[in-house]
Amino acid sequence: MRDAFAPLAPSKKLFNWSMGTLGFFLSVVALIPLVAIFWSIVSKGLPHLSLDTLTQLPAPAGLTDVPNGFANAIIGTVAMVAIAAMISLPLGILTAIYLSEFGKQSAFASWVRFMVTILSAAPSIVIGVFAYAVIVLPFQSFSAIAGGFALSILMLPLVALATEESLKSVPNSQRMASAALGAGYARTTLRIVIARALPGIITSGLLAIARASGETAPLIFTALFSQGWLESFFGPSASLSVLIYNYASSPFSEQNDLAWAAALMLLIIVLITNLLSRWVASKR
Amino acid sequence: MLPSPHSSSSSSEEKLATMEPQSPSTLPVFHIENVSCFYGRHKALEGVYMDIYEGKVTAIIGPSGCGKSTFLKILNRIGEMESNVRVDGKVQLLGKNIFARDINLNLLRRQVGMIFQHPNPFAMSIYDNVAYGIRTFHRLSRPALDEAVESALRSAALWDEVKDSLHQSGLALSGGQQQRLCIARALAVKPKVLLMDEPCSALDPIATLKIEELIQGLKQQLTIVIVTHNMQQAARVSEYTAFFSTDERRIGQLVEFDLTQKIFTEAEQPSTRDYVAGRFG
Repeated sequence: MRDAFAPLAPSKKLFNWSMGTLGFFLSVVALIPLVAIFWSIVSKGLPHLSLDTLTQLPAPAGLTDVPNGFANAIIGTVAMVAIAAMISLPLGILTAIYLSEFGKQSAFASWVRFMVTILSAAPSIVIGVFAYAVIVLPFQSFSAIAGGFALSILMLPLVALATEESLKSVPNSQRMASAALGAGYARTTLRIVIARALPGIITSGLLAIARASGETAPLIFTALFSQGWLESFFGPSASLSVLIYNYASSPFSEQNDLAWAAALMLLIIVLITNLLSRWVASKR
Repeated sequence: MLPSPHSSSSSSEEKLATMEPQSPSTLPVFHIENVSCFYGRHKALEGVYMDIYEGKVTAIIGPSGCGKSTFLKILNRIGEMESNVRVDGKVQLLGKNIFARDINLNLLRRQVGMIFQHPNPFAMSIYDNVAYGIRTFHRLSRPALDEAVESALRSAALWDEVKDSLHQSGLALSGGQQQRLCIARALAVKPKVLLMDEPCSALDPIATLKIEELIQGLKQQLTIVIVTHNMQQAARVSEYTAFFSTDERRIGQLVEFDLTQKIFTEAEQPSTRDYVAGRFG
C-alpha cells in the first residue's frame, strides 16, 4: 500500500500532462471548422450588409445601379417559420405531454415515440418532396403555406422529443406530492409538471425554430422563391436559405455578394434564437 | 400462541381475532383484511390483517424489503402511480372499500394525506405550496386562504419561522423545514389520516425531534400511520406498532401487531423480540 501523500511517479506525471495537452489541442482543432465558417461568412457578408439589403427587393440580375436587398426573403423566412411554429409547437408539445404523462410505456406510446424518432431522422429533402405531393400538387401552386407545412413536419419531432425529455426531467416525487394532496392528473400535469418544465419546453421550441430557419431542402419544393414581396400565403415566397442556394451559384457577382450577406443574416437570426433559448433555460 | 403468519388462509378468522390488540377503545379508521400485494408476478406482501385506530399513532417497523412502504402506499392508493402494483384483499376507510370501482381517488387522497421519505415541496413559494391542496378543492377568498395557510403552517409548527418569508421559494428552506412544509401542505386539506413514509430518515436529529413533537401534537386532530426504520422513534411516538418481516420466500408478512408497549417489552413472536432487541434487520 503506497502512502497517500507520496508524489506521483514521474512517468504518471508525464502521462497526465501529455493527455491533458493532447485533449486541449484536439479541442482547438475541433473548433477550427466553426471558427473558419464564422470568419468567412462575416468577412464576406459584412461588407455587403447595409440598410438597403435589409429593406429592398433583390435587384434584377445584371443591374448594378439599383438598390439590391433581400427584405422579402427575411419576411418569407419569418412568415414560414411562424406558420411552422403555429402548427408544430402545439402538436409537438401535446404529443410530448401525452408520451411523458399519460402514455408512458404503453404499447401505443412506445410506437408513437418510435415513429417520432424515425421522423426526426427523416432527410429534409424527403419532407420537402412529401409536402410538394400533398400541398403543392393538389393546389397547383408553390406557396408559403406549403413551405410552412414542410418546416412544421421537420420541427414536430424535434419539439416532441425535446419537450418529452424536459417533462421527464421533472422528478416523479413532485407528481406524487401533488397526487397525494388529492389533485387529479390534469391539475398535476398543468400546475406542477408543465410549470416546472416550462423553460425546457420553451428552449426546445426555440431550438426547433432556429433549426427550421436555416432549412433549404423543404422549401425548394414548396415555397420555391420569389423576386417580389410576399403578397399571399398562397403564393410562392422568398426565403433566406433558398436565396443563398440560388444566388451563391449565380454567375453575377452582385448576387454572390447578396448570398454572403444573406448567410450572415441567417447566422445572426440563428445565433439570436440560440442565445434566447440559453437565456430562457438559465431561468430557474 | 399465535398461528404462524404464513399459515394457511383457512385460519384467517382465528388470526384476525388473535391479532387484534387488546384494547380497541376506538373505532378503526382503516380496516385491513387479508391484503396481499403484487408487483407484476412478484408477491411483495401477503395476508395482512390490521385495524388502524382513530386518533392514535400506528408505527410500522421491520427490516428493509419487508413491504412496510408498499403497505403504507396501499392505504391512499398512491403506489399505483409508481409501479404496476396489484392489491388483493379488503381495505376499508371508515367502512368504505377503497378499491370500489366508483371511488374518487382524489377525494380518497384528500382524506388520507401522505408525507414522503424525502421532503418534496413544489418549486413555488411557501404560501403557494400550502395553498396548492386547498386550491385543488376550494375557491377561497384571499383572506380566507391566508387564514387557512397560516393555520396549516401553525399546525406544522413552521409559522414562526416562515411568517416573514411566505413568498420565498419552498426549496430555499432547510431539509427539516421543508418536511414540516410538506406536513403543513398535507394538513391544509384537512385529512382524516396522515401517512408518513420514514419522514425523518433524510433529516438531522434536531429536525427529527421537531417532527416527533409535531406528531405528538397532531394526533389530537388526526390518525397517523408512520413507517420508520428507527425503533426508538416507533417506541417514542406510537401507541400501536406493527412489525413486518419477510418469510423464507422473501414475501413480506405482518408478523405482529399490538400495543407499542407490548411489542417492545413482551412481544409474542420470537422474531419480533429479536428485531426489537436489535438482533437482526
